[in-house]
Amino acid sequence: MTELLRIEDLKVHYPIRTGFWNRITDYVYAVDGVNFSINEGETYGLVGESGSGKTTIGSVIVGLEKATAGKVIYKGQDVTKASSRRKIHYNRDVQMIFQDSMSSLNPRKTVYQIIAEPLHNFEHLDNNAMDKRIKQLLDIVGLPQRTLYQYPFQFSGGQRQRIGIARAVATNPKLIVADEPVSALDLSVQAQVLNFMKDIQKEFNISYLFISHDLGVVRHMTKNIAIMHLGRFVEIGTRDDVFDDPQHIYTKRLLAAIPEMDVTNREQNKAHRLAIEKQYQDHHADYYDASGRPYPMRKLTDTHSVAMTREEAEAAGVASGKAEADALAKGGE
Amino acid sequence: MIIGKNLLEAKGVGVDFRINGEWLTALYNVDLSVKPGEVLALVGESGSGKSTFAMSVMALHNPNQSRVTGSIMLDGHQIVDATEAEMRELRGVKVGMIFQDPLSALNPLMKIGDQIQESMSAHSIVPKEQWQEHTIKLLDEVGISKPELVADQFPHELSGGMRQRVMIAIAIANEPDLLIADEPTTALDVTIQAQILDLIKEIQAEKNIGVLLITHDLGVVAEMADSVAVMYAGQIVERGTAEQVFENPLHPYTRSLLRANPSLDTLNDQLYVIPGVVPALSEMDHSRDLFLERVPWMQEAAKEKVSDVPAEPEEGHFVRGNAWKDFKFQDGYLEPGRGQKEAQSK
Repeated sequence: MTELLRIEDLKVHYPIRTGFWNRITDYVYAVDGVNFSINEGETYGLVGESGSGKTTIGSVIVGLEKATAGKVIYKGQDVTKASSRRKIHYNRDVQMIFQDSMSSLNPRKTVYQIIAEPLHNFEHLDNNAMDKRIKQLLDIVGLPQRTLYQYPFQFSGGQRQRIGIARAVATNPKLIVADEPVSALDLSVQAQVLNFMKDIQKEFNISYLFISHDLGVVRHMTKNIAIMHLGRFVEIGTRDDVFDDPQHIYTKRLLAAIPEMDVTNREQNKAHRLAIEKQYQDHHADYYDASGRPYPMRKLTDTHSVAMTREEAEAAGVASGKAEADALAKGGE
Repeated sequence: MIIGKNLLEAKGVGVDFRINGEWLTALYNVDLSVKPGEVLALVGESGSGKSTFAMSVMALHNPNQSRVTGSIMLDGHQIVDATEAEMRELRGVKVGMIFQDPLSALNPLMKIGDQIQESMSAHSIVPKEQWQEHTIKLLDEVGISKPELVADQFPHELSGGMRQRVMIAIAIANEPDLLIADEPTTALDVTIQAQILDLIKEIQAEKNIGVLLITHDLGVVAEMADSVAVMYAGQIVERGTAEQVFENPLHPYTRSLLRANPSLDTLNDQLYVIPGVVPALSEMDHSRDLFLERVPWMQEAAKEKVSDVPAEPEEGHFVRGNAWKDFKFQDGYLEPGRGQKEAQSK
């Protein structure tokens, strides 16, 4: 397995400005020191509740957001700075699929224009070649040729999501950041889109960063998973590590909260969920530092890492977080 | 089991909308009933008519652009031909509603406490001098830890889960007998979703109210519902207790939906895809089993007319049409529940 993209100690802090002089008084630690890597042709799952910073990570990778600190390394080259991206065609190789297909497609452009846009930007094709390529892309995503000159509002949600995918794969990317690609879709349409994403992955050896809060979908799609909470990772592992042997209390809580498709053991499931919830409330201080954020990670096995508990963090001599983060943020100013 | 007479009883409910001067059928011959203390889940994809049904129970359809036929009895009151004045007496008192998106359902310019009292002021159930006290009690009941503080805040100051709790407080302010929850947790994270569902269950058990839960999430249904009705293209294709529908699904649509859900068995495989799309309103011929159009190997059966009276293969378990008798997945997929059942009967 060759590594395609590595994120090293990525931090994204947003300043909070207050007062008459609009001075920076504090920071929002949207993403606070995460490390992970995506292999070629693999799907990496990023799970967390809303506001945990998962979309911010995706935005940094495609370059919609600037990193406060840390590095994005693509095929061994540092691409954190925009200028360094152009040289290695990073912007062509890394594309994105958005959650809401209605608002991510320009309503005044036809399907042809939408799919042509990345081609105009990155591939210099003449008109014939462009036509051919766009028709080919429509075939790949399974839309009929007659839809070429239709507008986004004329499609159903599942079809629109496929137009979004056609646009993303137009430049033969190596990595696609898929931010909640199926959250807005019905079950039957969701299955179509997920299958389809798997198909093109096999065909073109694409890697995905699959961002979602739906653990069922993530389990189906991904090989490795990171669970994120409050801007930090609390657990990283293979799918089996995380689902069969969750270590962090937050992971356990997330897993317990998924509604089970099991009518007969309903009471048992509920009792289990409430027990975990109680444990989460009672032992919150053991897993989160004084500023309320998870402790740094430690390795359990080669694939499985988990955020430390307080005891472990103290034993390892890791500072309590807040002070250190503050110092860093000031240093980065 | 739940006994007693029905709180909500819908018989042959149809809803037509006038679109560009043409009357189109959005809901066709819906039979449903909710008993006190029962949670009935209405499941279906977007556009299947779940919310249309809920809106007709609340009589919220625009009378100029829609017509409702059939009979909807709510605790002895006929809703279909009720006047607006009569409905005002029923809404809130007999039936309360929780909406999907609490931020757009709450008034952004009104304090939480005032919004709860607004629903009390519309009816004379709670005397005026007790409004304040009752508001605090309600907020406490829906699990808000600092009710006095929250009552004085605006919706934007609260988190999504808190807002949904406020919505529930408003819905139960006049102690309704029926609670309609239209996708109450779709906008929430799983952990918050679990809390809100628990809360609805708790309130339902404590006050012995009936709940009509509208959702597209089969997991939520399995956790919450006593009985389930599955809707497709404006019709109920199957209904029964949760055990019946999940353990022994009959209608091809129910079985296809259950199979399309990502589960442990499908880990590395392709998910099951239901071919085709839901037909447009103008193309729906409700005298047939519309779902069969999406089953390529049952095209003959798709053309047959189907009786409006559903079959009842086991007690309390209704299924529309005849296709359920012969339906099999073409690739020989053995459905978990069914396989065991057939093995047992052999």
